[in-house]
Amino acid sequence: MTTGAIAFLERYQSLIGRLPGDSALRAAAAAAFRTAGLPGGTQQRRIEAWKYTSLRPVAETAFKPDAAPRHEAETILTGLPLLDAPRLVFVDGAFRPDLSVMPTAGFARFAEQPDFGTLSWPDREPMVALNTMLAEDGAALHVPAGYDAGVVQLISIAASDADFHPRHVIRLGKGSQLTLVEVSAGQGTYLLNTVAEFHIADGAHLTHIRLQDEAASAFHISTTYADVEAGATYDSFTLNLGAQLSRTEVHAQLTGAGAIAHLNAAQLLAGSQHADFTSVVGHTAPGCTSRQTVKNVLAGRSRGVFQGRIEVARDAQKTDGYQMNQALLLSPYAEVDSKPELEIFADDVKCSHGATVGELDAEQMFYLRSRGIPDAEARSILVRAFLAEALDAVADDTIRFRLEAAVERWWERQKA
Amino acid sequence: MLDIRGLAASINDKPILKGIDLTVPEGEVHAIMGPNGSGKSTLGYVLSGREDYEVTAGTVTFNDVDLLGMAPEDRAAAGVFLAFQAPIELPGVNNANFLRTALNAIRRAHGESELDAVQFLKLARAETKRLAMPDDMLKRNVNVGFSGGEKKRNEVLQMAILRPKLAILDETDSGLDIDALKIVADGVNALRGPKFSALVITHHQRLLDHLVPNRVHVLAGGRIVRTGGPELAKELEKSGYAGLIAEAA
Repeated sequence: MTTGAIAFLERYQSLIGRLPGDSALRAAAAAAFRTAGLPGGTQQRRIEAWKYTSLRPVAETAFKPDAAPRHEAETILTGLPLLDAPRLVFVDGAFRPDLSVMPTAGFARFAEQPDFGTLSWPDREPMVALNTMLAEDGAALHVPAGYDAGVVQLISIAASDADFHPRHVIRLGKGSQLTLVEVSAGQGTYLLNTVAEFHIADGAHLTHIRLQDEAASAFHISTTYADVEAGATYDSFTLNLGAQLSRTEVHAQLTGAGAIAHLNAAQLLAGSQHADFTSVVGHTAPGCTSRQTVKNVLAGRSRGVFQGRIEVARDAQKTDGYQMNQALLLSPYAEVDSKPELEIFADDVKCSHGATVGELDAEQMFYLRSRGIPDAEARSILVRAFLAEALDAVADDTIRFRLEAAVERWWERQKA
Repeated sequence: MLDIRGLAASINDKPILKGIDLTVPEGEVHAIMGPNGSGKSTLGYVLSGREDYEVTAGTVTFNDVDLLGMAPEDRAAAGVFLAFQAPIELPGVNNANFLRTALNAIRRAHGESELDAVQFLKLARAETKRLAMPDDMLKRNVNVGFSGGEKKRNEVLQMAILRPKLAILDETDSGLDIDALKIVADGVNALRGPKFSALVITHHQRLLDHLVPNRVHVLAGGRIVRTGGPELAKELEKSGYAGLIAEAA
């Protein structure tokens, strides 16, 4: 057990009795975390799901949960690409009603009405165990059946060199709709370890957009569970730009006939950034569709990881699953690891996957330059084009423009 | 004036051009004809600076500057334009943005002010109209989902907007129906003037009926084997290249 994992367990010990919610669940999670430790952070057994990502740097960082914030949360919030829509703002893991704009959907704080949900597996996912052990706040949203809750922003701001474990549960009633825009940003060296779960009832539609723009020295771990019922849609897009190390893990279960899941993502990495996008899509009902395109742009000595798994159960006939991982390497020192997996027990399915890794296309470069466009500008046009195709998955123009603007700022930062 | 002397070039150590001598005075249109594999496209690529071709001998000067020492974008700024035989698709790149970026890059190189989106669209719409191209071609991604003819017209549109001093048209007529062919020829004819010259690479006499060249050169085996007036193209249409090549060998 590393010092990092021990520090988390010691904190849990000191907080027993003061943490909200089911204490037996927390104790079980602590026991699971004690056994597993931080993936890659111990000399214990290797975890296949964390083959390409080691949390050793997390284990080696001393987080200071009681230190005063070193940065102005309000300033960070003002700099975010916010939409004119309700927002739930969390600063250093705690809900801030003064900075939030209440949604029309039913909202409750985890700190007041703790809800661990029903989909997570603390015994299987060490970081979920850590979250379950230490979660103090989060958002519970409930969209009533048939209701269109519009856009709700879920914002995480980190202003201290600490670790945060928000716990969110979002339930969409039958035939309801919600667009959830999650933005995470901050300053300093911190760990954001979020667990969120989504219950999407029959015919409901959840659009989930994420912009991860954490501080350059931050750690961002996010584990999402989605249960998508008959005729319902989970349409997600994740843009990972920040953090020295990030892991976006999604478990989507298509449990009702005709359910749809889109798990699209783009990761832009430079310097020594490491970003891991890991997904498991379970087709357990017939006639479900899953689509996944994950694009990586890798500069410097960065490393992008894609692990995608499609599981098709015996009864999930007429499954339509597609998975694509593409990487553009802008430097000879950048690295991508891609591991697509299919596990199919039904006999009438259409599943495909693929991966491409490449540099900029020489013919396209020559075409642009032959029109007078200088080399550096031509490169930037082609990289943006590669990303534009990924961002096209975001149907809402206003939201897509915000993401494009975030990509532009990322470029400006690289030039600086 | 374009002046090519003793130009030899190879790709992957395979010689393609084996000593080309060619002069295109300002204001003239010259046609390059010849059988497949004779080096016609290579000549276009070498003049526009494609890096996978290695120039092994010779010089190319354009308006008294050494073209071969320049990067492709600098050649474009100097006025060289290659209309690609197989125009490249650029998924995710909007055609109007691409054209404006290119025009502004060239204007910048000339110390001219850049055009904003509104100014550019006005110019571009006038040109698409003249080339009988639908307006939506500006909104689409560069060459993506374009038919063969649309791609060729898009090359002519780029040429019309960038206003080169030397246009190299690499089989811009291939795959075009007679109406499209006339539009392409008209596009080039519109640019003709004392400061404009063109090298028109073609297999067919047809284009040259509409775009009458000052001189016709026949390229075979990496060398120019014959040069003549516009009547040479008509003669080749009748007799083919076989006799000429045998004669030269």
